[in-house]
Amino acid sequence: MTTLTGRLRIGGQTIPRKYVPVLVTAGLFVAMFAAGSVRYEAFGTGQVILNVFVDNAFLLVVAVGMTFVILTGGIDLSVGSVVALSTMLAAVLLRDGWPVVAVIGLVLVVGAVLGLGMGAIVHYFEIQPFIVTLAGMFLARGLCYTIATDSIPITDPSFTAFAQATIPLGGELWITPSVVAGLVVVVVAAYVLHYTRLGRNVYAIGGSEQSALLMGLPVARTKIAVYTISGFCSALGGLLLSFYMLSGYGLHAVGMELDAIAAVVIGGTLLTGGSGYLLGTVLGVLVLGLIQTIISFEGTLSSWWTKIFIGALLFVFILLQRLISARRTGARST
Amino acid sequence: MTEPVPILQMRGIDKQFPGVKALDGVDFRLFPGEVHALMGENGAGKSTLIKVLTGVYDIDAGAIELEGRPVAFSGPLAAQQAGISTVYQEVNLCANLSVAENIFIGREPRRFGRLQWRVMRREAERILASLDLDLDVSASLSAYSLAVQQMVAIARAVQVDAKVLILDEPTSSLDAGEVERLFGVMRRLKEQGIAILFVSHFLDQIYEISDRMTVLRNGTLVGEYLTRDLPQVELVGKMIGRELAALESLEDRRAAAEQADAAAPLVEADGLGRPGAIEPFSLTVREGEVLGLAGLLGSGRTEVARLLFGADHAGSGTLRVGGVPVRLRTPRAAVRHKLAYCSEDRRAEGIIPELTVRENLILALQAARGWTRPIARRKQDELVERYIKALDIRPADPDRPIANLSGGNQQKVLLARWLILQPRLLILDEPTRGIDVGAKAEIQRLVVELSDGGTAVLFISAELEEVLRLSHKIAVLRDRRMVAELDNDEQLTTDALTETIASGGRS
Ligand SMILES: Nc1ncnc2c1ncn2[C@@H]1O[C@H](COP(=O)(O)OP(=O)(O)OP(=O)(O)O)[C@@H](O)[C@H]1O
Ligand SMILES: [Mg+2]
Repeated sequence: MTTLTGRLRIGGQTIPRKYVPVLVTAGLFVAMFAAGSVRYEAFGTGQVILNVFVDNAFLLVVAVGMTFVILTGGIDLSVGSVVALSTMLAAVLLRDGWPVVAVIGLVLVVGAVLGLGMGAIVHYFEIQPFIVTLAGMFLARGLCYTIATDSIPITDPSFTAFAQATIPLGGELWITPSVVAGLVVVVVAAYVLHYTRLGRNVYAIGGSEQSALLMGLPVARTKIAVYTISGFCSALGGLLLSFYMLSGYGLHAVGMELDAIAAVVIGGTLLTGGSGYLLGTVLGVLVLGLIQTIISFEGTLSSWWTKIFIGALLFVFILLQRLISARRTGARST
Repeated sequence: MTEPVPILQMRGIDKQFPGVKALDGVDFRLFPGEVHALMGENGAGKSTLIKVLTGVYDIDAGAIELEGRPVAFSGPLAAQQAGISTVYQEVNLCANLSVAENIFIGREPRRFGRLQWRVMRREAERILASLDLDLDVSASLSAYSLAVQQMVAIARAVQVDAKVLILDEPTSSLDAGEVERLFGVMRRLKEQGIAILFVSHFLDQIYEISDRMTVLRNGTLVGEYLTRDLPQVELVGKMIGRELAALESLEDRRAAAEQADAAAPLVEADGLGRPGAIEPFSLTVREGEVLGLAGLLGSGRTEVARLLFGADHAGSGTLRVGGVPVRLRTPRAAVRHKLAYCSEDRRAEGIIPELTVRENLILALQAARGWTRPIARRKQDELVERYIKALDIRPADPDRPIANLSGGNQQKVLLARWLILQPRLLILDEPTRGIDVGAKAEIQRLVVELSDGGTAVLFISAELEEVLRLSHKIAVLRDRRMVAELDNDEQLTTDALTETIASGGRS
């Protein structure tokens, strides 16, 4: 297990080393924004940042769920498929005339139950989360096509009205209700991680599952809970995506699990578990979103450059984490 | 007239692991207000008894009663809730969490479900202060040494209002002062009527603190005795089932000191140091010489070892092996120069739990040869068999996962791993920690044999008697500085050594 320890000295101020990755990501975000503002006219406005939120609210929510899982040292590859399944379910049920509230409720329950199932299998059968959620990924994607193979448009009037609503923030600035939903999820999740026993148990299991067990922590319950949370977040992300797309489709959110994992890692959370912050994940999502924005401002660059940048960034961040954790000095002494 | 009622009673406990009967019809009882020592060799079943009691493992047969009521715990959590607080062998904490959290996690102070961090930190400081520890409770646990982590584990266990406190080898990585503090706490708890189960391989500690003892041998009960009725020699006899001659037969090493002085220097460190870890020191180890490193925990003993082995980078100074200047950037480079380092922290740095005893044994040798030159199976078998026998590793089954071995036997496997390399310099960092009296003597004998055969040994141990018994020369460390280098001659006694450590060599 790797842990980040010690303190770093910067200009007389000492910063606990565990905060460094988050600070680096924050610095990166600011630098990218500044560079964009210099290079492109009309970039350096608040709305550009808000648009990143608007365009990535669903990813934000999914990445929050992913953060819980990764903090325990697990991984959830099924999130993209569960997102797609959720858009599909929502579209079909709305087409069949279900009331909006019932649809939302059902979608959320389905997502949570899928997560619960995967969590239970991971824990009780002691199977690698990678394998279990890979199976879950195929399962959920497959289920989409048993519902329908084509894209299903969403035309429910109250649903579309909500989807197109904007919330003015004064000035020329605005956001969508999805952004509010995303931020609420972030705040609640951050509270859970920092101020509840569940949250601390998540960190403990990521530190050492064996120790957590011997310390008398409810390991089974916690592990199953994180996958349930991730399933729930994926379903909620799926709903936000169906607001954004106004359709349900089995090919929505292909590869989103990787975006979510990338956001979490760029946000400074260790893939081995036990170390990381939700704020980092938010910054990770923002960095990913800003890369897309910059590339669209550039105009001539193909969108594949987004992937290349994200790939490069991931390398840099994983290297950075290794450097920080390798340079722990004076940790042992006898 | 009659004895008080036991708070805990275990009867006819059986526990079968695949291939080993770890417990066979064991009875055990614990009285309130007593310290009860559980004694036995490595692999006798002490930790297993503790684990079946606290629900880590299920029992195959037998009954457990707590305060007269039959119980069967589903796990450590349930045992804790019933008032049994346990420190398991090896530190079982989460190094990524803060010190305060490690003490409180699972029972953090809350208000309306919200954790009260401030209360938690304050309480943690108070509890640690009662153990004479002054730590930054919001720093992560991994910033502290094994000994401090051990104390934190103890703080966690004594923090709750338990009826039964179980300590499985809590003192293995503590120095004398810390052991005294722990004993102070234990005595206080005892007066409050708490029943304490204590495991240790240090017989002196057992006789100092315990009132009663239960001896196990090979998973069976030998008997229960009052400590004052059972002299030490008899206890050892009961533990190992024969008289212990090995310790006595080890002749004094001191006579040989002068002779070793003449041998060629093997490893010479000149002004070697690393800022923040250890101040520059100079040190010469000759062929066939045993150099002891003495000093308190945190005095820099492990740092010296790590620098010599290239596990940490030196900030200053030079190192020569066999007269040739070398720069050891990695442990691999050190291994190429035939240096070997058996580290003190076997849990984090040593064993690979998923692999078998054979694989763990062969690991360093294979790594030294490079992965392209596999060791023939027959050669493997031969080596493995030889070292399992030499160190009396039990069970003597090379294909068992090492995680299934008792703590002391894992330690022996680690030691064997480095012995197989036939190093020119063997660095042993606390090699006898957690090892029973019989095996301890075996290991000491082995060190003597190695040194007679021309191998140089750097021997680090918190037990001064052991250092004195084995070493030709002794380097004393204090506050991360090498303060003295003494010849182990007739005049040197444990007291003199303690004095040097305490005074820092100024006399
Ligand atoms: N999980 C397991 N699976 C299989 N065998 C085990 C397991 N745990 C312990 N054993 C075996 O049970 C026996 C008793 O081990 P135990 O750990 O109780 O010894 P111990 O008395 O605590 O020794 P030590 O002083 O070395 O800690 C040993 O032979 C060991 O190899
Ligand atoms: Mg044990």
